[in-house]
Amino acid sequence: MMAANQVYEGAIKRIEVMAQDEESSLEKDQLHEIYRQMILARKFDEKAFKLQRRGEVSTYAPHKGQEASQIGAVFAMNDDDWMVPSFRETAAYIARGAPLDKLFQRWMGDARGQKDLENDLPVAIPVGTQNLHAVGIGMAMSFDEEEKAVVGFTGDGSTSEGDFHEALNFSGVFDAHSVIVVQNNQYAISMPVEKQTNAETIAQKALAYGIEGIQVDGNDVLAVIEAMNEALEKARNGEPVLLEAVTYRLEDHTTSDDSTRYRDEQEVEEWKEHDPILRLKDYLKENDQWDESLEEYEEKAEEKINEAANKAMEVEDPEMEEMFEYVYKEMPDLLKKDKKELEEVEK
Amino acid sequence: MPEKMNIVEAINAALHDELENDEDVLMYGEDVGEDGGVFRATKDLQEEFGEKRCFSSPLAESGIVGTAIGMSLYGKRPVPEIQFSGFSYLAFHQIKEHAARFRTRTRGTKEVPLTVRAPYGGGINALEHHCESPESYFAHAQGLHVVIPSNPQDAYSLLRKSIQLDDPVVFLEPKQTYRAFKEEVERDPDAAELESSKVIEEGKDVTLVAWGAMVPVAEEAAETIDADVEIIDLRTIYPTDFDTVIESVKKTGRCAIVHEAPKTGGFGAEIAARINEQAILHLEAPVERIAAPDVPYPLYSLEDYYMPDENQVKKGLENVLEF
Repeated sequence: MMAANQVYEGAIKRIEVMAQDEESSLEKDQLHEIYRQMILARKFDEKAFKLQRRGEVSTYAPHKGQEASQIGAVFAMNDDDWMVPSFRETAAYIARGAPLDKLFQRWMGDARGQKDLENDLPVAIPVGTQNLHAVGIGMAMSFDEEEKAVVGFTGDGSTSEGDFHEALNFSGVFDAHSVIVVQNNQYAISMPVEKQTNAETIAQKALAYGIEGIQVDGNDVLAVIEAMNEALEKARNGEPVLLEAVTYRLEDHTTSDDSTRYRDEQEVEEWKEHDPILRLKDYLKENDQWDESLEEYEEKAEEKINEAANKAMEVEDPEMEEMFEYVYKEMPDLLKKDKKELEEVEK
Repeated sequence: MPEKMNIVEAINAALHDELENDEDVLMYGEDVGEDGGVFRATKDLQEEFGEKRCFSSPLAESGIVGTAIGMSLYGKRPVPEIQFSGFSYLAFHQIKEHAARFRTRTRGTKEVPLTVRAPYGGGINALEHHCESPESYFAHAQGLHVVIPSNPQDAYSLLRKSIQLDDPVVFLEPKQTYRAFKEEVERDPDAAELESSKVIEEGKDVTLVAWGAMVPVAEEAAETIDADVEIIDLRTIYPTDFDTVIESVKKTGRCAIVHEAPKTGGFGAEIAARINEQAILHLEAPVERIAAPDVPYPLYSLEDYYMPDENQVKKGLENVLEF
C-alpha cells in the first residue's frame, strides 16, 4: 500500500526479437514446427475464405496476419494450461491441436465441431465477455495452488467493454493464474485503435489494476514466445499479466465486411511487409536455419487443409434432436413435449 | 432433528451444509465474507470454512458471475451472490448467454454447475432498484433453472438441490419474508424437489397459484373468502411444473395467479396461456392475474399500492368465482 503523498509511476515494457537482431534460444526443429503451424493456419484461412465465397461457410472471421501472436502464445503454453479464445483464434486452435475438420465444421454452423476441446473453451462471439471466464479459471487454479495457467485471447475492441476491466480487476485481486492476450490488430471492425482508446498503449491499462502489462511485437513470433514465457511464469505464480500483441488484421473483419471503406490500401501494403510468416522466413534464412523442406511444406499443408475441408463437408447435418439434447443435463418434461411436437410436424 | 428456522437461516444452513458436503463448493459476492452478506445469509461461513470457500469480491456483478462461470468450467461449484436482484441485469449477459449456453455450445462436454443467489421482491421500504421481481427474464433464458422458495424448508432443500445440480440455477430469495416466520426444517435436501410445484392447500372451488412472498398473501386472502381455495406454490419458475397447475384447474374449473412482477410479460401470462392450451374446456371463468401494474417499481411511499396485497387477491378470487 502506498503512502498518501506518493504518486504511482508504473511502466510497461516492450519485447522485440527480430527487429533487435537478437537470436532465439529455440532449437531449429522447434522453429520449423512453428513455421509449419503458421503455414497451416494461413492455408486454413485462405480455404475458409474460398468456402465462404462458395456458400459452404456462412460467415468467417479471418486471422491472416495474426498467426504469430496466436501460434507464438500457444507455443509457450503447456498442454494442461487452459485456453479461452475469442472468435478469431483459429490459428491458436490449430496450434493447440484441434482437429482441422472439426474447426471447419464449426465454421459451417455445426456445433459438434467444438465438442471435446479438453482444456480449451469454445469460440466466444460476444466481445470481451470471455475474459471473465479466463480469469475465473485462473482464480480456481490459484485457489488450488496449481502450477498451471490460463491464456485468454481478446481484441482491441474488447478493451472498451466493462467485462475486460472487471476481468483485469478480479485477476489482480485474486492472484489469478491468467494471461490476457490482447491482439491489437488495429481495428474493431471499422474503428481504429486510436479512436477506441486515448491511451498510448493497451498494455498500460494493466497498471490501473496492479498487474503487469507487457507490449510485444505481435508479428514477431519469437518475441511473442519470449513475452509469453515470461507472462506464463508469472501467471503460474499468481501474478496475472496483460499482454498486448501489436499486430494487424490483413483481411476484413469477417467475410461480411469490406475494409476498403475505412482503411487505405497503402496502410495494408505497409503491414504486408511485416507479415509474420515472411518475417520468420527471413529470420530463418538470415540465421542459416532455413530448409527447403519448409518450402515444400506449403503443398503438404494445402493437401491437409483440403482433406479436412472435404471431411467436414461430407458430415451430415445434425438431426433435429441435437437442438434439444444438451440444453440441460436431463431433458425437462417441457422440452420433451416441445421436441415431440416438432417431430410430429416435421414428419 | 428438525430445527426452527426462518428463511434466511435456512439458506445459511443450506450453504453451510453444502460447503461441508462438497469441497468444490465456494461462495462469493459483495460483502459476503466478513459481513456475512447484507442479509446475513452467509453469516459465519467464512469463519468456519476459510477465505477460499467464502469471501467478499469487488463490486461488479458481471465480474462475479463471469468468473464463477470460469470456475465452474474448471470443476468448482460456485454459489455467487448478487446483493439485490435489481442489480442482476449487469450480470444478465453472463447468466443468459454464457452460463445457460455452455452445455449446448459444447455438445454436453462442458457444464456450468453454478447457483446465482439473489434476494428479490419488494415490501421492505428499500431504495430504488432493491425491489425487483425479475423471474420472467430468467425464465425466458433457455438452459437455466429458476427457483423461488416461499418457506424455510423449501429454501433449505431447494438451495441444496440447486447447488448439487450440474446445470446453472438462478435462485431468487423472497427478502420480504426472509425473517417473517419460523418453522421446523429437516436438514434433508430431498424434502423438496426441483421442477415440482406443491399444492399447499387443497380445495375444489378455485385454483390460486403463487410463489415467493406472495404465498403467505395468497394464504391469507384465501381464508377471508367463502370458498374452498386450492393453493399452489409454484416453487420452480422454470422448468415449470405446469402439470400440477393443469390438474388442479381441471378439478376446480377456475384459476387466479398472483405475482409481484408487472402483469405484462409476467410469468402469470405464461401460466394462463398454458391453461388456455391444455384445459380451456374445463374453465368456468377467464384466468385472473393479480399482478403489479405496468409501471416502474415506485419509491416506497407508494409500494403498498404497487405490490399485490390480501385485498387485491381477494378481489381477484371473487372475480373468478362470480364470473
